[in-house]
Amino acid sequence: MTRSPQLHPGDPVIVDRYTAAARANHWVTAVSLILLAVSGLAFFHPSLFFLTGLFGGGSNARMLHPWIGVILFVSFLGLFTKFWRENLWTRVDGTWLARLRDVLAGHEEKLPEIGKYNAGQKMVFWSMSILILLLIVTGTIVWDQYFYDFTSIPTKRIALLAHSILAIVAIIVWIIHVYAAIWVRGTIGAMTKGTVTGGWAWRHHRKWLKDLARGKSDDDMRPAE
Amino acid sequence: MRRSASSVTPPAERKTEVAKLIDVSKCIGCKACQVACSEWNDLHEEIGFNTGSYENPHDLSPDTWTLMHFTEWDNPDTGQLEWLIRKDGCMHCEDPGCLKACPAPGAIVQYSNGIVDFISDNCIGCGYCVKGCPFNIPRISNDTHKASKCTLCSDRVAVGQGPACAKACPTQAIVFGTKEQMKHHAEGRIADLKSRGFANAGLYDPLGVGGTHVMYVLNHADKPSLYAGLPDNPRISPVIEAWKGATKIAGLAAIGFAAVFGVVHRLVAGPNAVTPDEEKAAAKLTEGGA
Repeated sequence: MTRSPQLHPGDPVIVDRYTAAARANHWVTAVSLILLAVSGLAFFHPSLFFLTGLFGGGSNARMLHPWIGVILFVSFLGLFTKFWRENLWTRVDGTWLARLRDVLAGHEEKLPEIGKYNAGQKMVFWSMSILILLLIVTGTIVWDQYFYDFTSIPTKRIALLAHSILAIVAIIVWIIHVYAAIWVRGTIGAMTKGTVTGGWAWRHHRKWLKDLARGKSDDDMRPAE
Repeated sequence: MRRSASSVTPPAERKTEVAKLIDVSKCIGCKACQVACSEWNDLHEEIGFNTGSYENPHDLSPDTWTLMHFTEWDNPDTGQLEWLIRKDGCMHCEDPGCLKACPAPGAIVQYSNGIVDFISDNCIGCGYCVKGCPFNIPRISNDTHKASKCTLCSDRVAVGQGPACAKACPTQAIVFGTKEQMKHHAEGRIADLKSRGFANAGLYDPLGVGGTHVMYVLNHADKPSLYAGLPDNPRISPVIEAWKGATKIAGLAAIGFAAVFGVVHRLVAGPNAVTPDEEKAAAKLTEGGA
């Protein structure tokens, strides 16, 4: 059996985790999400209104926010189509989640062997998928410049409240996502260079590494036949 | 004075509260007020279409800050057809929903005499005031991207004049003065209406919004909604209250908590780093095949 071309022997072993296209897609999503959070928070709390200065004032921030939302939605759709299959829930995810205490303590030796994504990563993926879908819907309802006539004022009020709460949850999911990437050393390289070390894969995603060693490649990494 | 999205303390002493009183029973529907309003405020509404009603234009707009609504009502008690005419516009609530909803500091102010005013220079055109208003009054222009509504002619009031609409009204159905004077004046009008068979005549100064600085004398004050949907019990929507109250505080607190949790966890748990043994195990696996 030949190993997957994603594996590059050496000291340390280097493993390809994300293609350049996936990384570009990720960073477009990341930048739009941050710009949306900054401009959105500025409208959310008066003490943060000064953040509209980054967009050239309140009116510009108001005008840009929904368009950045459209970019985020389309960009995230790209990530979704690439990664949804690898994020489907499996039995091992339940075990991982039940041992969250060991996860947080860093005792990964007590956890089952994990594929490309663990339950935490999958929950970030699915919660962001749902949140972004609901955010684009509620956001469109209050995008008065183009959609004012389509809904009633009571509907728009509920959309505003829902949009705010969903955005808060999305920002919290984002904090978890970023913190996990910082806490688990060697992760950031997956999204900058596209690679991780063999030891990283062994420690956090051993089943994924074993599959690669057995010659199975990731869906979006399989070389063209 | 109160100011949107700001934490200025209102002065302890207020100016005398002013009010405009609109007596629908004296209104003849001539629209002089509408014309005076557009003239004084230099508003130019587009020429519209006649759809068989005197109501023209058909809704408030960025260029129509006051509008006569005409309602034909069959009074079941008397068998009479009544023509209910109401001059619509900003009610200048004591507790303004627009001001509560506004995210732009100083875009909406309430002067200490009670007048609620939009300050265009600070307005960002987000339309939150439209959702905050219990009376469906503010309108956003798609040209200037600014919100607008009746100012109660704050510029005229500032120099001791009454609003343009009151000045133009030929039957004195619109009068302007201190809120106390206007309530007193209304009492006389209501007593007169009652003596002429309007048993339910009364003052519309709804408490749900803390009272208003534009009040109506209605000949059917028990049913305000007869008058082209004037809200029976207006109040700031609980959805808006929740959004601008608990959500605002709890939301930022939750974000702050998540960030603090991360920092504390990192300090307590230390980094989750790969060991040399794990790199070796990976090398063995990779080189040896499965």
